[in-house]
Amino acid sequence: MKRVRNVTFRLAGVAVAAIVLCSIGNGIQAQTTAPPTPAPAPAKAPEAEPNPFAAVPAPPLPPGMTGSNTNDPRYKLTPGLYDAGEASMGMKHLLLLKKPDAFQLGATGPDDPKVQKTIGQLGVGDISKMPKPLQMVIAELAFSNSDLAFQGNHLFQGNFYGVNIYDISNPAKTALLTSLVCPGGQGDVSVYKNLLFMSVEMPNGRLDCGTQGFPPEPPPPAGHEKERRVPVAQKDRFRGVRIFDISDIKNPKQVAAVQTCRGSHTHTLVVDPNDKDNVYIYVSGTSFVRQPEELAGCSGGEPDKDPNTALFRIDVIKVPLAAPQDAKVVSSPRVFIDPRTGALNGLSNGGSHDKDEKKPVDTNQCHDITVYSAIGLAAGACSGNGILLDIKDPVHPKRVDAVNDPNYSYWHSATFSNDGTKVVFTDEWGGGLGARCRPNDPNKWGADAIFHLKGDNLSLASYYKLPAAQGDTENCVAHNGSLIPVPGRDIEVQAWYQGGVSVMDFTDAAHPFEVAYFDRGPIDSKMLVLGGDWSAYWYNGYIYGSEIARGLDVFELTPTKFLTQNEIDAAKTVRVAELNVQNQQKLEWPAQLVVAKAYVDQLERSQALPADRIAALRKAIQSAEKSHMSKSKRAKLKGMAASLEESASTASSPADSARLHALADILEHPAA
Amino acid sequence: MFVYTRKSEFYRFRRKRRSRSQSARRTVALLGALITASASAGFSSCARAQQADRTTAPVVVQPGAPGKPSRTLPPSTRATLPQRSQADVEFMQGMIIHHSQAVEMTALIPSHTENKDLRLLGARISSSQSDEIKFMQRWLAVRGESISMAMPGMPEMDKPGQPMALMPGMLTPTQMDALRKAKGAEFDYLFLTGMIQHHDGALTMVKDLFDTAGAGQDAALFDFATDADNTQRAEIRIMQSMLDKKPLKEKQ
Repeated sequence: MKRVRNVTFRLAGVAVAAIVLCSIGNGIQAQTTAPPTPAPAPAKAPEAEPNPFAAVPAPPLPPGMTGSNTNDPRYKLTPGLYDAGEASMGMKHLLLLKKPDAFQLGATGPDDPKVQKTIGQLGVGDISKMPKPLQMVIAELAFSNSDLAFQGNHLFQGNFYGVNIYDISNPAKTALLTSLVCPGGQGDVSVYKNLLFMSVEMPNGRLDCGTQGFPPEPPPPAGHEKERRVPVAQKDRFRGVRIFDISDIKNPKQVAAVQTCRGSHTHTLVVDPNDKDNVYIYVSGTSFVRQPEELAGCSGGEPDKDPNTALFRIDVIKVPLAAPQDAKVVSSPRVFIDPRTGALNGLSNGGSHDKDEKKPVDTNQCHDITVYSAIGLAAGACSGNGILLDIKDPVHPKRVDAVNDPNYSYWHSATFSNDGTKVVFTDEWGGGLGARCRPNDPNKWGADAIFHLKGDNLSLASYYKLPAAQGDTENCVAHNGSLIPVPGRDIEVQAWYQGGVSVMDFTDAAHPFEVAYFDRGPIDSKMLVLGGDWSAYWYNGYIYGSEIARGLDVFELTPTKFLTQNEIDAAKTVRVAELNVQNQQKLEWPAQLVVAKAYVDQLERSQALPADRIAALRKAIQSAEKSHMSKSKRAKLKGMAASLEESASTASSPADSARLHALADILEHPAA
Repeated sequence: MFVYTRKSEFYRFRRKRRSRSQSARRTVALLGALITASASAGFSSCARAQQADRTTAPVVVQPGAPGKPSRTLPPSTRATLPQRSQADVEFMQGMIIHHSQAVEMTALIPSHTENKDLRLLGARISSSQSDEIKFMQRWLAVRGESISMAMPGMPEMDKPGQPMALMPGMLTPTQMDALRKAKGAEFDYLFLTGMIQHHDGALTMVKDLFDTAGAGQDAALFDFATDADNTQRAEIRIMQSMLDKKPLKEKQ
């Protein structure tokens, strides 16, 4: 959504506008005037039409494709908004915190008079004909949750209507601190020290965070109905990246609002290791280009005719930390350029075109960019392509590789493996609006694509899609995830909208597999009501899920044969002060014995060492722990390192070789 | 349609001034947060400061324009949205007609070509567009709008069985006939060029929508229109590369 769509999600929600009239009462009584136009006549009700709420089963599988597993317990869970059936493996659900009242109608059930009143005011003549769950969801889904960012004990949950800030000092007792009302969608968030960044792309975004949006133009004078009119520019409109000062977490202040031509669907915080005075924001705009009358210099012309087109670029904002109010766009890199010809639409200008053919419409936007400053690279998920950028000079990122894939509909997001040898891209087929994990939906579509990264070259290794089939009333497709810092393995936790949360091991890029999951049944069994997890991220020992419709989920990992308690405990040794997932940080593990134990478990699982050596290692580690790292026990550990190094040189897989090296290192110099 | 004019958006509530000692404590808290890093000492000071945060009830805050103060809203605050535009409704109605033709075109694929790539592409377009039609129908129905478009001055267009109005990029009846009659490589060519034309028309419709004042402020519609735009641009690119890869035109 980041993406939350894309579409990012792009959520959608049958429902959003439904809230138009919901704020009746409760101390913020709005003053309404009589509508100038008559309400639609009841005769307009779509009675003759087929039921649009009926779910659509997938078409037959295309030849050569396979679908997902229908024998999985996740396939047939009972429906419900707050009481859906649940299935999990290797994950414990600790908490669901419902969306704050200020971000929804606050109704308690479909029979709530407020809900009924809203639906009535929406012009639905006969309320009894609308399915009850829908009535409920019209109210509840009005304000979609989107992406997450973290700092210390604070969690920032983006929403189309603003940001909610939670205290997660005790994750199982997460508590709301601040609801920040500032609409404009989709509310992608990042946090750096005292600054909170927020993406705004929708035409209702206002500089002053007002909720009223902008009015339609008045009807044309008689006789001029057919004339095309250029809309009036709105000086109060805001589309771009907002910057808030969160020094007082209960009273954030807007310090800057940096306007961009396409708004900001997502953004990425970039911290230049060589620049302590500024941070940078990469802005991915996916929406329409606004009029130059509204923001000078904006134009959406064809790339060959308009060298200043706001298409075919990203924007870079420089934020001076001492004076964030002076933040501004400092460059608009042409990341799709053809370096030989200088064509802005370089990614699709290859091949011959018959002159009778229309010019191809090229990749002109990134949806989301993940930067990995430690290796000087960024992976851009850019609608029609996955691209690799050299970001050593963060103001002037340079494309060094690009890939395409006929199975991919929309390149949505990217994650590097910690060692930088792999990139996981996601395909948000259907924009997050549709059911795309049905039994007959091919498991190469709407999936992760795992690429090898060697030097500056990407090469496809495999696909990973949620293994469990989902119902046809569950919007489901690959979405946002983060690495889980299990040493010795590449593991990602990922949200699949109503497909739930899936934890995937991609240590072997060619053979990814699932190690844990959590899923709920659909919100409704008869129609698709948008919901599900937008993002699922690991942060300092817990997994947080941003549930579009329901609220905020908190999870803990539990041991299974796929992931041991030692591996989970080792993951918990990695602590970060801030987490902005698209600004990927290098994970480093302390030389603690719990990390060593995780490696031992892995070497046993892969049978890289015989059982007697595994037992000996465990015994030595346990004795060392019991003795509180006495000198003699430490010496014993150290004595085992050499043979591990030896085994590393003959290990059959690079993963085992790396584990043996890392284990030997810890045994040589274990932390107290 | 409902028009919802707000004379005064919220009661203005003057924020209570914090005592001096309270702000001092918060400054300390901030420093704690900044120093945090990965040092455990930082974590605990941060945790202590934030424990203090949660002892008070959650607040609802609406920031002002950049540089302006924020307002604290009453806890009973509920959300509101801008009024809906007629252009939104017409966009959805028109796009349903538009998408229906794409589904009709892809339905020809199994009986008209053996091209594996085209079959895969067609399956994906068919699936996406069928889903999107349902989405648009729901969007309209929930808002009490007709799913079909009223054609002022053309009452015959409203009747079932009558020729559909042509939205931008839609294939003419002649083009559709030619497609139905073609087989093999010729079908592939007509399908690809036709679908590119068709998708281009959808892009025009999206542009027209956002060029209308007050339109596109509904989040569901905005996301849908933006996503349809993105997806169709990507599909155009794939279809264009399929056209470029095979010299289909020579076989015409």
